Amino acid sequence: MKNKLEAIQKEFDERLSLAVSLDKLEELKVAYLGKKGELTSILKGMGQLSPEERPVVGQMVNTVRAAMEQKITEKTEQLKAEETAKKLEAEKVDVTMPGKTKKSGSLHPINQISDEMKDLFIGMGYEIADGPEVEFDYYNFEALNLPEGHPARDTQDTFYITEQMLLRTQTSSVQIRVMENKKPPIKIICPGKVYRADNVDATHSPIFHQIEGLVVDKGVTMGDLKGTLEVYAKHMFGPETKIRLRPHHFPFTEPSAEVDVSCWTCGGKGCRMCKGEGWIEVLGCGMVHPDVLRRCGIDPEVYSGFAFGIGVERTAMARFGVTDMRQFFEGDTRFLSQF
Amino acid sequence: MIAPLKWLLSYTDININSKEELHDFTEEMTLTGTKVEGVTAKGADISRVVVAKCLQVEKHENSDHLFVCQLDIGAGEPIQIVTGAQNMRVGAYVPAALDNSTISEGRTIKAGKLRGVPSNGMMCSFEEIGLDCNDYENGNNDGIMILQDLGEFKDCTEEYFESIVGKDIIPVLGADETVIDFELTSNRADCFSILGLAREAAITMHGKFIKPQISVKEECNENAADLISVEVQAPDLCPRYAARVVKDVKIGPSPKWMKERLQAAGVRSINNIVDITNYVMLEYGQPMHAFDKRTIRGNKIIVRRAADGEKITTLDEQERTLDSSMLVIADAQGSTAIAGVMGGLNSEIEPDTTEIVFESAIFDAVTVRRGAKKVGLRTEASLRFEKGLDTVLCLEALDRAAQLVEELGAGKVCQGVIDCSTGEKVMPKIKCSVEGINTFIGISATQEEMEKILIDLECTPCFDKGYVIPPSFRGDLICDADIAEEIARFYGYNKIESRLLNGCATTLGSRNRTQKIQDRMRKQMTGMGYNEMLTFSFISPSVFDKLNLPAECTLRDAVTIQNPLGEDYSIMRTTMMPSFLESIANNYAHRVEEAALFEISYVYIKTDKYPEELPEHREMLTFGKYAANGNADFFEFKGDVEALLESLKITKYEFEPEKEIAFMHPGRTARLFVNGKDAGIFGQIHPTVAKKWGCPANTFAAMFRTDVLMANVTDIPKNKELPKFPAVTRDIAVVLDADVPAGHVEKLIKQRGGKALESCTLFDCYIGAQVPEGKKSLAYALSFRDATKTLTDEDVSKFMKKILNGLEMQFGASLR
Repeated sequence: MKNKLEAIQKEFDERLSLAVSLDKLEELKVAYLGKKGELTSILKGMGQLSPEERPVVGQMVNTVRAAMEQKITEKTEQLKAEETAKKLEAEKVDVTMPGKTKKSGSLHPINQISDEMKDLFIGMGYEIADGPEVEFDYYNFEALNLPEGHPARDTQDTFYITEQMLLRTQTSSVQIRVMENKKPPIKIICPGKVYRADNVDATHSPIFHQIEGLVVDKGVTMGDLKGTLEVYAKHMFGPETKIRLRPHHFPFTEPSAEVDVSCWTCGGKGCRMCKGEGWIEVLGCGMVHPDVLRRCGIDPEVYSGFAFGIGVERTAMARFGVTDMRQFFEGDTRFLSQF
Repeated sequence: MIAPLKWLLSYTDININSKEELHDFTEEMTLTGTKVEGVTAKGADISRVVVAKCLQVEKHENSDHLFVCQLDIGAGEPIQIVTGAQNMRVGAYVPAALDNSTISEGRTIKAGKLRGVPSNGMMCSFEEIGLDCNDYENGNNDGIMILQDLGEFKDCTEEYFESIVGKDIIPVLGADETVIDFELTSNRADCFSILGLAREAAITMHGKFIKPQISVKEECNENAADLISVEVQAPDLCPRYAARVVKDVKIGPSPKWMKERLQAAGVRSINNIVDITNYVMLEYGQPMHAFDKRTIRGNKIIVRRAADGEKITTLDEQERTLDSSMLVIADAQGSTAIAGVMGGLNSEIEPDTTEIVFESAIFDAVTVRRGAKKVGLRTEASLRFEKGLDTVLCLEALDRAAQLVEELGAGKVCQGVIDCSTGEKVMPKIKCSVEGINTFIGISATQEEMEKILIDLECTPCFDKGYVIPPSFRGDLICDADIAEEIARFYGYNKIESRLLNGCATTLGSRNRTQKIQDRMRKQMTGMGYNEMLTFSFISPSVFDKLNLPAECTLRDAVTIQNPLGEDYSIMRTTMMPSFLESIANNYAHRVEEAALFEISYVYIKTDKYPEELPEHREMLTFGKYAANGNADFFEFKGDVEALLESLKITKYEFEPEKEIAFMHPGRTARLFVNGKDAGIFGQIHPTVAKKWGCPANTFAAMFRTDVLMANVTDIPKNKELPKFPAVTRDIAVVLDADVPAGHVEKLIKQRGGKALESCTLFDCYIGAQVPEGKKSLAYALSFRDATKTLTDEDVSKFMKKILNGLEMQFGASLR
């Protein structure tokens, strides 16, 4: 009996090693372990054995059976793994081929700069104000100490709609609208489009963007203005950036200044970008003129404030290396999608 | 303003002797508020070009157009130079570029041979030493510059010429001037003069300001007032009119020093009298005018408003028509000058003029400015008048002119000044304090420091009494902030210590709701692959025809710019479509395969109250796309619209077919209603319009009002418990008339389905053989669910019956 079992086991092992598919394995399982299988038939023949032999043979059969089951399970796992590997191999793709593009869009470079400035100033406690582009002469000029006939009006070639209405030449018009409706403390910035009758070329555009800043409160000094602009300059042009204030004249601020930042290309040594000067003009600013405050119902004896106006295009051109301003307004996706 | 440096410094004790000192000077001036725009060092690039005397001229042995010249260059032996110039002659004093010299455009001249004959340099023309021959009397570019032929050297003796042989030519010609271009601000009328700039320079460089000493001898015994009378009929526009009379005038050239200064300042020398008026204008900033007295009819000068339609021929020989808003200088019979703008041709100084009247007056700044603009003449004079001039300097300048007449021997000045004045200007006492200024600027300057600055500026500081009085020429100093600026300028803006609103209230910075939603829209649009664009807000009126808009369309009623850059930029847009189509066309023209663009910006709509009220600034979200490969179609695009609405958590919206928009495809355009409000349209551009604009046929666009969208944005979505009970699904297909919009069917299904209907999804639309002609089949997947229990078959059947009944009643639909 023992011999017979060994023979069966040997035969099983041979057939197992030849089984190359899960089907064959199943056949094998049925042939040996199934109801009509070889081992089962031995167990069925146990009745002919002596009572002493029965437990011995039974145990032998069970041992063989367990071994066979174990081997079939192992072989099954192995064949399954092989089959999966084969399938995966068949599914192989060339991963270096291009993807099916779902284009990601982009924000306009000018607005990216605006967004960044908004975030910077919101962090310093500013709100964002808004005002009309088609504006009354009063808000754009008169309330800002630029009455009709004032020579400084010449520096801003203005598009007129009617005698009293124009396209705003500066976001400073929003200063007046804010101060008329809000009492100090006022801390706002206003990004927006402004218009001047400049012909279109690489560095001029009749429409461009400014960001106006206005702070009015008790005890605001020119030192506060300077400190604020330093934060702006370091944030936008790099931590090493220095600023310098040059006295200037704007009718609605007094004192007034133009602000240069150390050249972002050469760091102030002088290069082509800064025309050898080491400095680049980026904005105009000053302390809000007492007449302007008074006109908006704010007492200049109690309150003081500062205002500044930053050109966005120039910052965007510097940041992104754009040399032709026209590209900002052409809607060319080849240009826009770079940013 | 262009200021010759030597002239400017002559009124100070400042010395500038090197490039470094010049650089420091320009930097310092810029930092105290007189910005240096540019520095031109004339003649600095010319070296080793000296005055030479021609001793001998001989024909070249190998050439019939070359000459061999022997030249005295003041260095012992004469040198030999070969020249091709035909105007060389013995005795001529000429510029000679020696061996290794540099002439204009950086050219180097070296000794060599010309056709075998040694030549040790080159004789130069005006051009070759970088000068413009037109700046010199009788100057021309034909051949070599010969000094004694020039008007400037007409009166020079042979001894003088001998003395300059061997000297650098540039200083001899007075062409070594360093000229500085200062940017002036509109408030500083006083700086529009050499003296004003010199004052600023002296304070900036901590030097002394030295004003010219003026004294007039009045050599003629006659009284000016007996010779001419002045009547100011419009004193409101002419607060001062002062005049002096000069007799025995000898018109002739000005002396070399005056010519050189004028020339360096960019003013051409005309004759001694005209030059004096220009010289004084540059020096004092006070424009002057010289009349030929014999042209003043009736010996009477009248300052009056012009008559409407009055005509005058100005010095530039142009006839100009005036009106009553302008001021003229007239005589007994008619106008002779546009006050403050330009003199008339009829009173011009002639070579035989013997008596003149000098005018020095103050005209109203705004009147001059408007007048100059109207006649289209901006002159050196008008530019100064319109900034507002000083009535005190006005008299000083007149005396200065008289003094120069005497110094130049150009005539005899008559006794006295005719002075029509509305009275002396009283300068204001500007209330201010040391402490106030320190606090305002954020510095701690002492009273002494402030007083020093103010006194240098010719202000009268009386801090003890609480005020400062500005000098008469500083009409721009009005309030305490103005005084603070003067202190800050010279204290140094860059010495102000920076702080960050330390003393102020803390404020909360933020975006408001609108700004936040704008950013959500922008984020969603970029997420869907759209590029943000910015386009011009003004457009051409011709675009309306190009959009096929009917003549009566309200979009044509646009806000119009009076003075546009051109027709193409002349109206404010009433629709975003032209800007969008133009950008799309631009991409298509560049063979861009697919483009998707969006922009949030205004259209400008006239209201009923326009122009008393501003036009409505209506903010639009515009987006659209095309794909040359056919990837974009209506439903793909509508998917973007729906995704946008979903991202904004806008829940109540519907689409309706829109057939009436001239520039949109009538069968592929929808109107979006958000919570019942018209939010705008989207769909395919009308193919003929697309073609006209150069856009591809399958271009899609959406134009939505952001205010309507924003009103229905869910700011904070509320959580809904996830379902605990299963859903029951049913598919139905109904047959109904082909032109019933699916949206209406869906709306009805949802109505009828009520709360239990969780979703309703159209999965098939069929028109063809299986359904009758003129009909279509719509197939929906419906899903029902109850939050509190599992729905039974009976429950669902009830719902379905209600839905199907509704469809039958409303649309005559039958179950397929």
